[in-house]
Amino acid sequence: MTGSPQPVLQQNNGGISIPPFLSALTRLIFTLALTFIGLLFVTFIIGRVVPIDPLLSIVGDRAPTDVVERVREELGLNLPLWRQFLIYAANVLQGDFGVSTLTANPVIVDIKRFFPATFELATVGIIIGILFGVPLGVIAATKQNRWPDQVVRIVSLAGYSAPVFWLGLIGLLLFYAKLDWVAGPGRLDVFYDDIVPVVTGVIIIDSVISGDWDVFRNAVSHLILPASLLGYFSLAYIARMTRGFMLEQLSQEYITTARVKGLSETRVVWRHAFGNVLIPLITVIALSYASLLEGSVLTETVFAWPGLGRYITNALFAADMNAVLGGTIVVGAVFVGLNLLSDMLYRLVDPRARRVS
Amino acid sequence: MNNAVTTSWKQWLLTDEPDSRFQARSGRLYIAWRSFSRNHLAVFGLIIVVALILVALFAPWLSSHSPVGQNLQIRLSPPDATHWFGTDELGRDVYSRIAYGARTTLYIVGLVVIIVGPVGLLVGAIAGYFGGWVDAILMRITDVFLAFPRLILALAFVAALGPGIGNAIIAIAITAWPPYARVARAETITLRNSEFVDAARLQGASPLRIVARQIMPLCLSSVLVRLTLDMAGIILTAAGLGFLGLGAQPPLPEWGAMISTGRQYILDQWWVATFPGLAIFIVSLGFNLLGDGLRDVLDPKQS
Repeated sequence: MTGSPQPVLQQNNGGISIPPFLSALTRLIFTLALTFIGLLFVTFIIGRVVPIDPLLSIVGDRAPTDVVERVREELGLNLPLWRQFLIYAANVLQGDFGVSTLTANPVIVDIKRFFPATFELATVGIIIGILFGVPLGVIAATKQNRWPDQVVRIVSLAGYSAPVFWLGLIGLLLFYAKLDWVAGPGRLDVFYDDIVPVVTGVIIIDSVISGDWDVFRNAVSHLILPASLLGYFSLAYIARMTRGFMLEQLSQEYITTARVKGLSETRVVWRHAFGNVLIPLITVIALSYASLLEGSVLTETVFAWPGLGRYITNALFAADMNAVLGGTIVVGAVFVGLNLLSDMLYRLVDPRARRVS
Repeated sequence: MNNAVTTSWKQWLLTDEPDSRFQARSGRLYIAWRSFSRNHLAVFGLIIVVALILVALFAPWLSSHSPVGQNLQIRLSPPDATHWFGTDELGRDVYSRIAYGARTTLYIVGLVVIIVGPVGLLVGAIAGYFGGWVDAILMRITDVFLAFPRLILALAFVAALGPGIGNAIIAIAITAWPPYARVARAETITLRNSEFVDAARLQGASPLRIVARQIMPLCLSSVLVRLTLDMAGIILTAAGLGFLGLGAQPPLPEWGAMISTGRQYILDQWWVATFPGLAIFIVSLGFNLLGDGLRDVLDPKQS
C-alpha cells in the first residue's frame, strides 16, 4: 500500500539516440539497484550493529575468551565494519545467507523449501481479491453514493480495520470447528503428507500433475479459508482503488460521447471506461500482491501454514538471525521486484508512458 | 432569545471581515466542522476515537475488576453478570483487561505518532526545500525503507532489539516514517518558490528557519491526515507484534497478546480471544472512518 513506484522522469538525452523506453529502463534499474543495496545495508545494520554483541548469541555468555576470539576471527567480526558489509553483500548476492542455527540447513535451502507454500497462499489470495474486488469497485463507481457504493465502502473499510490473525481465528472457529465446511490448520491432513512427488512445491499444482485428486481436494479444503481471508484484505484495497479510477474515467468527455452515440451502458462502463482503468490497476494489483506476502506472516502463524512468514517468526524465537535476515531480504527483494514488474508492464501497456516528453 | 444567540454566533464565525486572527481561525474551523459533520460515518469514527480516549483515561473507574488480579477458581468462565466478557485462563476479568488495554494501545499509538510525525515532516521538508543531492540522498533512504514490508522489517528490528513494548514502539516508528517524508516533500516543493518564502529569505532568515517556521507548519495538515489514516495500521501492527509475543509483555494487558493467549482456547472458550479482537477492530475502524472524513475536509484534491 505504501511503496508506490516513483514515476521516473523522462529526459532528452542530448544527441545520443537511445530509445526513451530503454533510457527510462536503465534509470529504473539503477534506482532499483540502489534500493537493493540499501536493503542489504539495513539488514546488515540489524544483524551486526543493533545487537550488543552478535557473538553472544553464537557462543553463549560462558565461553572462554580464546574461543570467543577464535569465533570472532572465523566470522570476520574483527574486521572494520565496511569490510564486513562488503563481505556480507558479496555473500548475499551469491545467494549465501549463512546457515540457520534452527534447522542446520543453509538459509537459502530453507527458503526454497518454504517459499512455495507462501506463494500458493498469496497467489490464490490475490486471485480471489481480483475476482471480487474489481467488479465491486466498478459497481460502486457506477452507483456512486447510493447503497451499493456505501456497502462496498463499509466492506472495504472493515477489511482495512480487522486484525488478520483475529479474523483467521474466528474463521477457524466458525467454518472448521462449528460448521465443518473446511479443513483445519496446515496444508494437508497428516495422512496425505508426502504422497505426491514435489515438482513445483505448490501442492495444488503438484497433485494435478500426479493426478491424485484426493490430495488435490484436501489441499484446496485447507487452502480455501486462509486464501479467502487474504483475498478479502486485498479486495478491500483493490475495490477502493478501482472505484476511484472508474469515477475519474466516467467523468471524462469521451464517456459522454459514447453515451450520446447510443452505446449501451454496459458497453460504456466495461469497454470504454474499464479499458482505461486496467492500466493503473496493474500497479494496484502488484502492490497488493506484495502486501499479501507480508500479511501472510500472521496468517501463516494462525493457520500453521509452513511458509516463509512462519519460517521467519519461528527463527525469530530461536534467535536465529541468519534465517530472519535471509527471509527479510527475500521478501524485500520480491517487493522491489514486483514494483519493477508493475512499472515495466505499465510502460508496455500504456503508449503514453513510452512517448518522449 | 436562544435562536438570536446562535445566529449572532454564526455571524461572528462566518463574517467576511474578521477582527482578529482568533476569529478568522475559529471561523475556518467552524466551516471545516460543518463539512466534516455532514459525513456521518466520519462523525461515527470520531465518536469511537473519543470513546477510546475516555476509556483509557477512566479505565480504573470503568473496569469492574483488577486487570491483573488472578483467581484460578473461576478461570475460563463464560460471560455473566459479574464478568461481562468472561474470564481468561488465569481467572482475570476480560472486560477489565480490555479497558486497561485501551491505555496500552493509546500509549503505543501516541508515542509512535510523536516520533514519526516530526521526523517525517523534517526529513520531507528538508529534502523538498534544499533539493539537489540532499533531496536525492534523503529520498533514496526513504525508498529503501518503503521497499521493506512493514511488519517484516518491524519483526527483524524487534528480533535484534529484543521483545518488549518500548522496542516494539521503536521498531514500528522506524518502519512508519517514510510516507510522511514523501507527503511533506511533495507539499514543500509546491511551497518552495512561493512569495512568502522569498520574503522570508530576503529578510535574512536562515534556510533552517524557513523550513521550520514557514514550510513545516503548512505541511502539517496533510501529514496529520495521513497520520490519522495510518493510526489504524499502527494499531494493527502493534497488535500483530503483541500477538506474536514480541510487543507488550505479560502481565500488561494488551489486546494482541490477549488474542494470542485466547488462541489455544478458541474452540471451547471463544470469549477469551473474541472480545479483544473486537476491540482492535472497532478502534481501527474508528480511526479509518475519522481519517477518511478528515481527508475529505482538509485535502479535497485527494478524495
